[in-house]
Amino acid sequence: MQLDLVTSLYVFLLAAFIGFEVIRRVSPLLHTPLMSLTNALDAIAVVGAIILAGEGKTNFAKILGTIAIIAATSNIVGGFMITDRMLKMFKASGPRKP
Amino acid sequence: MFASENILEITYLIATALFVLSLKWLSSPVTARRGVWAGEVGMLLAIAGTLLHKGIVDYRWIAIGLVLGTIIGVPLGRVAMTAVPQRTALSHAFGALCVTLVGTAEFYMRAPNVPQFMMGVLSLEVILGALTFTGSLMAAGKLQEILPQRPITYKGQNLVNLGLLAIAVGIGVTLVLHPDKTFLFPFMIGIPLAFGVMMIIPIGGADMPTVISLLNSYAGLSAAAMGFVLGSKLLIVAGALDGASGFILSVNMSKAMNRSFTNVLFGAFGQEQVAAAGTTEARPVRSASPEEAAGILAAASKVVIVPGYGMAVAQAQHKVRELYDALTKRGVDVKFGIHPVAGRMPGHMNVLLAEADIPYDKLLEMDDINGEFPQTDVALVIGANDVTNPAAREDQSSPIYGMPILDVDKARTVMVIKRSMAAGFAGIDNPLYYLDKTLMLFGDAKNVVGSIVRELTGGHS
Repeated sequence: MQLDLVTSLYVFLLAAFIGFEVIRRVSPLLHTPLMSLTNALDAIAVVGAIILAGEGKTNFAKILGTIAIIAATSNIVGGFMITDRMLKMFKASGPRKP
Repeated sequence: MFASENILEITYLIATALFVLSLKWLSSPVTARRGVWAGEVGMLLAIAGTLLHKGIVDYRWIAIGLVLGTIIGVPLGRVAMTAVPQRTALSHAFGALCVTLVGTAEFYMRAPNVPQFMMGVLSLEVILGALTFTGSLMAAGKLQEILPQRPITYKGQNLVNLGLLAIAVGIGVTLVLHPDKTFLFPFMIGIPLAFGVMMIIPIGGADMPTVISLLNSYAGLSAAAMGFVLGSKLLIVAGALDGASGFILSVNMSKAMNRSFTNVLFGAFGQEQVAAAGTTEARPVRSASPEEAAGILAAASKVVIVPGYGMAVAQAQHKVRELYDALTKRGVDVKFGIHPVAGRMPGHMNVLLAEADIPYDKLLEMDDINGEFPQTDVALVIGANDVTNPAAREDQSSPIYGMPILDVDKARTVMVIKRSMAAGFAGIDNPLYYLDKTLMLFGDAKNVVGSIVRELTGGHS
């Protein structure tokens, strides 16, 4: 499947606008989890790597694709884990447990 | 075949929606964990959909990649909270590595018949990817203190760096016009790899929050470019979101550091660190013991604690929590004033304090807390320096003039916990320390706070 330049640019432009509006509202309190979460989401690039390694058109593509899968998967797993760990720590004040 | 293609598109569409929701839910700590969940579901859907892709003939390599990636990823998800900045830098490097490798493979599979539009975005993808890869590795090395933290500068540095970048872009343009010149491609990877290293060399520890944000943005943009190349709307959206996030954070950080954004964009941070004019004559300061400090704090009704990275280095956040508890128990209103760059990456200080179980609604950002200092009895500064320096507001000749600061000097009493009178990151003297209302508590942050807590709990409770 190929997109043409104009369609791709439309998608990019709209996503960038949504990104600005949504992310501007993220409290500075959560900027570190924000970065680790966007990083994990960005690792969706793994789908490109999966197709590359799975189609295996050349050995070169297979090898690069596999390394790319490793790199992206470690971001997905590590990124989601640490984001959740951080967010778990944010507690509101109120009756405190001992 | 038609159906499987449709299923793939639908999973990608749902994943895209979930990614946007994921970031939207991150806007408040109450819904934030739901955001992670949405992101995870979106990711699983997209990966599952991709695995059903009709073109995939061999699953062995994919399985190996997924398993090895998980094995590497789990420990990276378990690092200590103080190590989150270097972990983040490392993950930018991994993301960029993935993008660069896929771009490289795409080029060699298609060359020499690469359409001009595709070659253009492919060049963008690998140039950004390669420089983000080495740049992020360098940043991670500096944060982990494997590499020297001091900025390394030399004459003509900017010229060399911009020259390298210009050559890489020039090669990209040449390849767009003549995609058959495949021998140029390795240079288009190698030169940005070198540029990534050169870009980070002149950057000091204090500028790391900006650098990480900027690399985050580059990583996102390179992924979006990869989406253009592969024709994947999902990837374009994810990359654009990541790029936008990194961009917003970079702008925030550069504002908080009083750097112009162009200055940041061209990687020229670290160079404005003018050596401070040497007014080292000993001016009198008032020092106090932890006992005296405890007495004043106990008598206060409103206390604002201003933590800096020094607090985290001294691992004092748990002692600070005890102090918070002891004071709250006595009915003292305790809040925390967090400067945007009070850590090694955006928001880092909040994470460190949340880890110590300090409720997040007591953590106030600079603009919200500044109005409260005039009604504050005691401002307690722990391991922060430049972000409290009133010279940024008053002294036009100061190198940090114009930088937004926490107005601790407006509180009735200021206490500063500090190892010695040595100047901070920027090497600038802080007039705050010489005010009549300022008490200096010399010593290691953890010990000093610990002694204050002992006084508070032992004495009267």
